[in-house]
Amino acid sequence: MFEDVRDLYQEVILDRGRHPRHAQRLDAFDATAKGDNPMCGDRVQVWVKHNDQGAVSDVGFEARGCAISIASADLMAEAAIGHTATTLRKLSADFAQLVTSGDCPDCAGLETLQPLSGVSEFPSRVKCATLPWHALLSAIDAEPGHG
Amino acid sequence: MNDRMTHLDVALLRRDFPILSETIRGKPLVFLDSAASAQKPRAVIDAMVGAMEHQYANIHRGLHWMSERTTEAYEGTRDLTATLLGANSREEIVFTRNSTEAINLVAHSYGRGILKPGQAVLISEMEHHSNIVPWQMLRDAHGIELRVCPITDAGELDMAAYEGLLEDRKVGLVAITHMSNVLGTYTPAARLCALAHEYGAKILLDGSQAVVHRRVDVKSLDADFYVFTGHKLYGPTGIGVLWARAELLEAMPPFLGGGDMISSVSFEHSSWARIPHKFEAGTPAILEGIGLSAAIKYVNAVGFDAIAAHEQALVEHALARLSPIQGLSIIGHAQDRGGVISFTMEGAHAHDIATLLDRAGIAVRAGHHCAEPLMRRMGLDSTARASFALYTTQEEIDILADTLIRVREFFA
Ligand SMILES: Cc1ncc(COP(=O)(O)O)c(C=O)c1O
Repeated sequence: MFEDVRDLYQEVILDRGRHPRHAQRLDAFDATAKGDNPMCGDRVQVWVKHNDQGAVSDVGFEARGCAISIASADLMAEAAIGHTATTLRKLSADFAQLVTSGDCPDCAGLETLQPLSGVSEFPSRVKCATLPWHALLSAIDAEPGHG
Repeated sequence: MNDRMTHLDVALLRRDFPILSETIRGKPLVFLDSAASAQKPRAVIDAMVGAMEHQYANIHRGLHWMSERTTEAYEGTRDLTATLLGANSREEIVFTRNSTEAINLVAHSYGRGILKPGQAVLISEMEHHSNIVPWQMLRDAHGIELRVCPITDAGELDMAAYEGLLEDRKVGLVAITHMSNVLGTYTPAARLCALAHEYGAKILLDGSQAVVHRRVDVKSLDADFYVFTGHKLYGPTGIGVLWARAELLEAMPPFLGGGDMISSVSFEHSSWARIPHKFEAGTPAILEGIGLSAAIKYVNAVGFDAIAAHEQALVEHALARLSPIQGLSIIGHAQDRGGVISFTMEGAHAHDIATLLDRAGIAVRAGHHCAEPLMRRMGLDSTARASFALYTTQEEIDILADTLIRVREFFA
């Protein structure tokens, strides 16, 4: 039973959903923002820290939501490290393509996020995966000097 | 008294609902989301298609055969609805788009037209957003205080608090659900009405869920307003009902302006049509009204005693099957409850549960069920909810329970 949901709930997703590595607020941070999905009640807050070069050096989050949204936030926290605001926007757009179409042939740097590609077969769950990214971009956009 | 009064031949009834023979990814559809919207019997489908094929025109305004017959069919729904609710007269039945619009009508017309700034409206912690937001809008626009009656951990109204909130006689209107769409709780409606009246308040009952599962009699409840929505009662979307005492409707100003709701119009002045037409501006949902007629005839023929007994048995069976599942918590333990069961599962979010159940062909709802304040009260973000209808079987509940055990294993 449930063999056909293994694409969605890959081991990585189940593991990250259960034991996220980055699910904490950062003590020192440069930006934070919340995201919520009023249709389903999912909520997330993301904290971002930068290094001197303006690249993301750490991301933490607190989320209430399903396994997909928690795993997505956790993998995002890893994928975002080392990127500037500009590349993060691109990465976020590529990720959106990955989870809506299942593929992003011309994209680079999506390896960490690849386990979420199965979401594309579950249209009602796409927004669970993209919610943390919306919060991350809001945090970055709200921050002076990183707009 | 025939056999149908107490016993439903569910297998036979299911044949009346064409959609129930659909399969989902090769598995039979197990539809446990009727509280969101019920499936439609053939009789409703045929009535609407038949009207479009054979007997349709605009109503209340044509002098020709088609219009007269269509008017009769549509107005026939008003008679059936009046009888369904035990209303005094057909004039007490106002058609709206849904429950939401019916509540907004009362909030707007009774709220702004009759209630005075400084008075209060009393709702409860277990209301659907549609019985919260219109009152907040009234509060902000008209200086009405909004009071909220707490519920107990079991999911029942705190009746001592209810009376306490009425005591200063500032509450002009109570607006409370007759059955919770999340907890399944039936509220003690007759007692709520009696207490409201004792302290000089009028009372609106949101019957969106309640009217589906049991016979409702607005006179024996002694309510002032009662609302429900057609699509949950096996009827079409787009038609809802407001029942109110005739003298209240007479006193209330119109809600929407336009055609059909006037008796005469000049540029200086318009005068209003008689009730209920005063509240029905514009061409109404004619086909949906005709569909609702068929739905009411259908549930009447099945019989509310039998429906109530069948669903009560389903609820008991479901509680017995679901409660022992490890990690599963049922939300709400009211003594008096209808065919709705919300639950959570340790280690599995409601959305994940719903996605897995869906893969097994089982449709449940997951989320906050348009009752965010209630979720907060229960300390939750979301629940999964299974809800039952007259066509639900014990086998379907067994499939749900067996599958939930697998869901639990999957996420453990
Ligand atoms: C208790 C309750 N009230 C009101 C409503 C609103 O019904 P509608 O969306 O048809 O207006 C619902 C249905 O979702 C409900 O369950």
